Amino acid sequence: MASITLEKLAHSYLHSPQVQADFAVKEVNHTWEDGRAYALLGPSGCGKTTLLNIMSGLLKPTRGRILFGDQDVTAISTAERNIAQVFQFPVVYDTMTVGQNLAFPLRNRGMEASYISERVARISQMIGLDAHLDQKARGLSADLKQKISLGRGVVREDVNAILFDEPLTVIDPHLKWELRTQLKSLHREFGHTMIYVTHDQTEALTFAEKVVVMHDGMVVQIGTPQELFDAPAHVFVGYFIGSPGMNFIPVSLEGNVAETNGHAINLAKDYGRPSGKVVLGIRPEFIRLAKDGGLPVRINHIRDAGRQKFVSAALLDAGPNAGSDTEIDIVVDADIEIGEDMTNAVFDPAKVSVFCDDWRIEGGS
Amino acid sequence: MSLRLQGVSKAVNAETHIHPTDLELQKGSMNVLLGPTLAGKTTLMRLMAGLDKPDTGKVYWDGKDVTGHRVQARDIAMVYQQFVNYPSMTVYDNIASPLKLQKKSRATIDAKVQEMAELLKLTSILDRKPNEISGGQQQRCAIARALVKDVGLVLMDEPLANLDYKLREELRSEIPRLFAASGSIFVYATTEPEEALLLGGNTATLWEGRVTQFAPSMDVYRRPVDEITARVYSDPPMNFVAVQKEGDVVHFPNGQSIPAGGDLAGLPNGEYRAGFRAHHLELGENTSGKLVFDAELVFTELTGSETYIHVSAAGEGWIGLIPGVHTFQVGQAFKICLNPKNIFYFDQAAKLAASPRPKAAKAGA
Amino acid sequence: MDKPVNQRAWILVLPVVILVAFSSVIPMMTVVNYSFQDTFGGNEFFWVGLEWYRELLRSERLWDALGRQLLFSAIILAIEIPLGILVALCMPKKGWIASLCLVLMALPLLIPYNVVGTIWQIFGRSDIGLLGRIVSDMGISYNYAQNAFDAWVTVIAMDVWHWTSLVALLSYAGLRSIPNAYYQAAQIDQASRWSVFRYIELPKMRGVLIIAVLLRFMDSFMIYTEPFVLTGGGPGNATTFLSIDLVKMALGQFDLGPAAAFSLMYFLVILLISYVFYTVMITTDKDGATQ
Repeated sequence: MASITLEKLAHSYLHSPQVQADFAVKEVNHTWEDGRAYALLGPSGCGKTTLLNIMSGLLKPTRGRILFGDQDVTAISTAERNIAQVFQFPVVYDTMTVGQNLAFPLRNRGMEASYISERVARISQMIGLDAHLDQKARGLSADLKQKISLGRGVVREDVNAILFDEPLTVIDPHLKWELRTQLKSLHREFGHTMIYVTHDQTEALTFAEKVVVMHDGMVVQIGTPQELFDAPAHVFVGYFIGSPGMNFIPVSLEGNVAETNGHAINLAKDYGRPSGKVVLGIRPEFIRLAKDGGLPVRINHIRDAGRQKFVSAALLDAGPNAGSDTEIDIVVDADIEIGEDMTNAVFDPAKVSVFCDDWRIEGGS
Repeated sequence: MSLRLQGVSKAVNAETHIHPTDLELQKGSMNVLLGPTLAGKTTLMRLMAGLDKPDTGKVYWDGKDVTGHRVQARDIAMVYQQFVNYPSMTVYDNIASPLKLQKKSRATIDAKVQEMAELLKLTSILDRKPNEISGGQQQRCAIARALVKDVGLVLMDEPLANLDYKLREELRSEIPRLFAASGSIFVYATTEPEEALLLGGNTATLWEGRVTQFAPSMDVYRRPVDEITARVYSDPPMNFVAVQKEGDVVHFPNGQSIPAGGDLAGLPNGEYRAGFRAHHLELGENTSGKLVFDAELVFTELTGSETYIHVSAAGEGWIGLIPGVHTFQVGQAFKICLNPKNIFYFDQAAKLAASPRPKAAKAGA
Repeated sequence: MDKPVNQRAWILVLPVVILVAFSSVIPMMTVVNYSFQDTFGGNEFFWVGLEWYRELLRSERLWDALGRQLLFSAIILAIEIPLGILVALCMPKKGWIASLCLVLMALPLLIPYNVVGTIWQIFGRSDIGLLGRIVSDMGISYNYAQNAFDAWVTVIAMDVWHWTSLVALLSYAGLRSIPNAYYQAAQIDQASRWSVFRYIELPKMRGVLIIAVLLRFMDSFMIYTEPFVLTGGGPGNATTFLSIDLVKMALGQFDLGPAAAFSLMYFLVILLISYVFYTVMITTDKDGATQ
């Protein structure tokens, strides 16, 4: 096992890439530490699968190097890199039994039969496949097949990393909980480095210790789930993390007072006078509906999701260009009744983020 | 316009896909079919559409028997999980295609297409081909094509399953709006409880080829008729524990008991299963009439603003959803509590015996 | 709201119905009719009941031809199926070379049966044929016109040359439909080339291979033109397969009644064997799925 380092890594599918836009993955420098659980999160087309394929050796990067520990593996084949990968759709060997499927990677490496059977027994028991060991893999349900793929991934003790490419896409919500639980326990038990690629923020945040958010071929932020939620480094992270995503309100900012459409918002910190397009970001969870204080809003509609209500509202415009109301989302607890007189949105000042030209800026006190 | 299924059933190769089912969908209603994969959602839709002929039973449209009528002769549109568009036509022609088949005038077609494009945010890409636009746009185009001809029945079979999380969120909030604008009967199949709640309307929960309950979505969520329905309508899965009712108290494990008031009072003595949802578990021993359990942490999952705790307590494996970010050690022992007002009780036959909210309050809701 | 169903589509089916009626159904009825009668053509018919069938089942001639036929089909399948798979595996996966390969592979399929026969007839002659000459010069006695074994080798070579590419093309289509993830997974599992073939490619090709086996079986079982052009079924009766025997009987001897009975039995045999083939292959498929 080893850490994985990406050094000035970039990839383009074109023959002679000229400008930044030609690159599917723009320059990435990052070290995946040994034994940690990471998620690589982004929408489709952001370059996350390209990056994954570079790490697994299925693609050779246009520029840069990739190191396993201290060893340069940029030119080394997939098989020699000693990694495991679990794909979006279950990949099983149909004609083999479940047990033979799990044993396959070990048998190919000439392990001893006693070790193989012990290892297969252990893994199958951990992921709940022990009852199916003698069944043919063909004809099993999608979730059982995906468990086989998972099992084949972790059956080798010495892999450098296990890469997951949206492994829960074809799995029902209830079974996702079970598979996620098993993934977690496998990680705890064996301590493999795991890299989990997904577009689903819930999967990414709940799986990973650290999440790498990609957007448009670029890594925009690397952080713990909490960091991404509380302090997004880029408006994209604010939008992409959270459901619904962060609200953005264009403002003009001076010191610790932001002004939008004739209303002043007091901020917790002093941001000076940033040059560029400034927006405030506030998560729907940190807005409270109240009778007074804050900004006047019009409630457009309320959707009840059982444990929470999603309120869609418009910030009323008092400024010169009335009519251009900003839509915001607010999340309130299911127990809270929303009265007719709750016409004001109050922001929690400590939770307001400020972005200048899409990137987060920090204020002083 | 209404659609009524009377005792319809369907078996394929001696395998029952749908047991005899009665269902009546009212004019202009939104109806969600909620259930795991292979529960029979698609089969039921195909029977509604007339794509399959039921083995038994009748299908009535507007009171008229349409069992076995060809689907072309009926007033139906369908949207699939896969993005089904004519690959050789532009988005404009795709949307216009049903109207062209109806031999509408050019001006009418243009007006309708523009209107749908506006509604589904496709205006800027009307002259592109399906393979030149994103998955989300392709599915918007398919939805526009389904809605453009003002049909009486719109069937959507997991239309968002193949989309990125964020696109899913976006379209999910638009579908109720499209539905309101169309006045058609909508039938929408999904595996996700949250989606069912957010779409509103009615929910029919399906399990192994049977409709277990059909009622307004919130009613099904708040008063599932049996354990299976409760499971299907809970994500994360509902937590359960065995309890004993004896006279005017209900005994929980580790010697706790609560007074058997409300619905519980009238129940015969004996064993019951208590069920509750993840977000009703709380941390700590805030003991104002709450039940307290010793919990041992299995693992945690962070979503950024909330924490899923997987614990073993009262001899069961539970999942709790706690607001805020909490870090625990694996195996750490702590107290969790539960307000009895949030507990469902199921009898030996797994039927709902008592629900958290008294029946009287339902009428007002 | 019920619109009358548009029935015009039936008109489009009509030409096919007529064609099938004249090309299959009506001739078939005639054959059935003949098989129960004694006739030399003209309009004289005598009812003989099952006489022809009884006679045929007792004649060695039919059994010999059937034996030769089964042996021939077995050899053909044993060569063409593995060879076709092998060729498919060797074909490049993409690029213009792949297209070129496809075109080259399709060429033999485009050549008419009797031309194939003629080509090989000349090709194998030891006086003017390239192959025959080379083989003779190497000191191997080779003469398909006199030696039964040589005739068999030639007919088999002809069929392999003509039809292996069909198997190859079908297998190739099957191979192309295997998602890339399977190969990646195999690479990661460090599977050998043989394992990839045995556990991924072969199982995934199963469907097309069933079709290939069926097609090649049915077609080889009905082989006529090639041996007819080459030696007319000789030397002796060495390459007199069922269809050649049938034609000899019907057109050579004008035994229309027995020939009709023969062709019906021939037809039933093909139908039966194909059906058995198909069911066996489909059920082993299912067993794999349920076990």
